[in-house]
Amino acid sequence: MSISWSKDVDAALAQAKESGRPLLIDFSAAPA
Amino acid sequence: MAAYIAETFLPVEAHIKEHPAWFHRFDVFWTPTVLIFAPEGVERYRIEGYLPRDEFRAQLELGFARVALVKKKWADAEKLYNDILQRYPETAAAPEALYWAGVCRYSASHDASNLGETANSFKHAYQQSIWAKKASVWGG
Repeated sequence: MSISWSKDVDAALAQAKESGRPLLIDFSAAPA
Repeated sequence: MAAYIAETFLPVEAHIKEHPAWFHRFDVFWTPTVLIFAPEGVERYRIEGYLPRDEFRAQLELGFARVALVKKKWADAEKLYNDILQRYPETAAAPEALYWAGVCRYSASHDASNLGETANSFKHAYQQSIWAKKASVWGG
């Protein structure tokens, strides 16, 4: 299974609140 | 790992070149850093720096357990901590899981003997951990 990463943190925060699911934010500086 | 993250969390990717402002917004100064937020938007766990696979997975599970712990879902949190202890006994997460599982049992029961039993557990495992030191005040 692959991860469907969001790139909109505010939308994700809103979705977390609505869905009751916790949020995970992965901060990186790795080369693309 | 991917399945666990996808099934457990709403995952957001924050690369420093794409979202530098988020690093300031969330007080992130080192990478990799993973933040876990409760659904209401409060940060509940932070993993800073690289970790090998099992350690990282165990830390993610600690973060998920902490969300339940802070919500006072004692039974749910205790089970999550016990699962970590059982599946990742060699990781740095294990003594932390042992500690908080004991806190969950005490919090649910208000029976201080649960804390003493947890302290006693540390006499047989993870004696050198900071969590054993934290539990030492409980006697046992």
